[in-house]
Amino acid sequence: MPNKRIGQQTIELPLRPALCGNAAFVGNKEGEGPLAADFDFIASDELYGQESFELAEKQLYLDAINLAITKGSSKPEDVQFLLGGDLLNQIITASFSARELGIPFVGLYGACSTMAESLCIGGMLLDGGHADEVVCAASSHFCTAERQYRFPLEFGSQRTPTAQWTVTGAGATLLSNAPKSPPLAHITHICMGRVIDLGITDANNMGAAMAPAAADTLLALLADTKTTPNDYDLIITGDLAQVGYDLLVQLMREQRMPLSPEKYVDCGLLIFDREKQDTHAGGSGCGCSATVLNAHILPKLQSGELRRVIFMATGALMSTTSSLQGESIPGIAHAVVLESPMGGRKS
Amino acid sequence: MNKQRLHTDPTHYNQLTDRYSPPSDMKTCLLRSFWVGGLICTIGQGIMDIGIHFLDMSVRDAGSLCSIVLIFTTALLTGIGVFDKIGQYAGAGSFVPITGFANAVVSPALEFRREGLILGLGAKLFTIAGPVLVYGVGLSVIVGVIYALFIH
Amino acid sequence: MTIALMYLKAFLVGGLICTFGELLVLKTKLSPARILVCYIVAGVLLSAVGLYGPIVSFAGAGATVPLTGFGHALCQGVIFSVQESGLIGAFTGGLAATAGGIAAAIFFGTLVALVFKPKAK
Repeated sequence: MPNKRIGQQTIELPLRPALCGNAAFVGNKEGEGPLAADFDFIASDELYGQESFELAEKQLYLDAINLAITKGSSKPEDVQFLLGGDLLNQIITASFSARELGIPFVGLYGACSTMAESLCIGGMLLDGGHADEVVCAASSHFCTAERQYRFPLEFGSQRTPTAQWTVTGAGATLLSNAPKSPPLAHITHICMGRVIDLGITDANNMGAAMAPAAADTLLALLADTKTTPNDYDLIITGDLAQVGYDLLVQLMREQRMPLSPEKYVDCGLLIFDREKQDTHAGGSGCGCSATVLNAHILPKLQSGELRRVIFMATGALMSTTSSLQGESIPGIAHAVVLESPMGGRKS
Repeated sequence: MNKQRLHTDPTHYNQLTDRYSPPSDMKTCLLRSFWVGGLICTIGQGIMDIGIHFLDMSVRDAGSLCSIVLIFTTALLTGIGVFDKIGQYAGAGSFVPITGFANAVVSPALEFRREGLILGLGAKLFTIAGPVLVYGVGLSVIVGVIYALFIH
Repeated sequence: MTIALMYLKAFLVGGLICTFGELLVLKTKLSPARILVCYIVAGVLLSAVGLYGPIVSFAGAGATVPLTGFGHALCQGVIFSVQESGLIGAFTGGLAATAGGIAAAIFFGTLVALVFKPKAK
């Protein structure tokens, strides 16, 4: 058995599992943002025709998974694993969707890092020969997350400038060893992150809590693969937003691995127009990186506009209980290296 | 495996976080809470004067009338989804007056209505405002006991 | 003229009490729920030592409408009841004096929750 681990944390996937179906369903605020044209579906309101916001999130999740499977020219009964999670207690969005899909379900909780976490595990399952086709999904909903983590919707409290806006949306990706439709991209490496906590306690400053974990995982991936940020067309973080973006740039500069602003983007900054949409530091939530990856990044990899990228989603692993008990906020980041079907290097 | 990769200690990182976290616009926030808070109190004064001069109420009853009218208005504004926008604008200007207490009662009731009338609406009504009554009433009893035993 | 002055005083004092709360939000990062508790506790204490009464006489609703005024009402209610009926008043006076506000909050809160639905932002 060849050892596929390279370095301390990175795993190479020689079979290069293909991402072959993508879907992103979002709420109406996201549909008014700069990426509106990229999404598969924009809900006209946050209830999405359902009785409650929780049911709306589940329906977005379900619809995104079904569309991703369809776009990958497959059927739910052919998919061998559903890997996914969301932000709600006991990840009810993912498990209630799995109840309806009938696909063997691996529930994941990585807070907002869930999309990258599911791609990492899905990639390993395919590369290890344990499955031929898996679907990865993650979602969040502003109204369900807000009341679980903060205050009721109608409570009149002020948001600080560092606060982030939870994205309403679900993203799903179909992964396959033998794609039935033209692949969008291939996973070549995965890097699963460590939990890093540098003592941030302000729940209104998630970007700051997660940036050290992002730096740790990125440094591990770069060291293990013996690459530098310049070897990639783009490095994409999940939802660090403005504060976390600036902090990651600063941390990487201090580690002598500087990120250039042209080659580093954050999904939380891409999805909203912060000034016009009053989202303060930017977007957050599992749905943020899940929808931006599927709607905005994967098509660019398929067309060859991007050849080789690092997609790294970050999560803040606190709960309301831990926050009330005064614990600081542990962060995590998982990364996948994605290559265009047209090759990893521009000719 | 567990070797430190990031050569950043929490103290240094906290300084970095402060540097990159934009502060709230102090002047604007204070000004907004001042005029909205002042306005709510002025309206309250108006309601009390109506009670005293036109409805022949005692000062104490007029005070109750003032609370009730402000609470009713807040409840209504919360229900139609306007109060949270006032709160976002005014901050303490709208949550320090009695309107904030009312909003803190109404908003969880509204939000948790889906979880049923008893354990949803009924139980969550005081999730945010409960502590105010607990400590306010608790302390007033202590004051009363001291007053009764030592001063009265 | 005196009426206009009363309203001006209510506006200024009420506004200042709120501004101090905002200052606490900005400087201490205390959540609104904690600040409300601080305010009611401060109201009860200031009233008990006789400092809040003069502010109420000066500014009227400017001092009674903020949550410190709620604390003042609790405290004065208790003292009034103790004078009327002794020690038992320590337990009956506070809620009796603030019953209007509390009952209104419960009643209108329930009513609104039954009629309206939470709105997405």
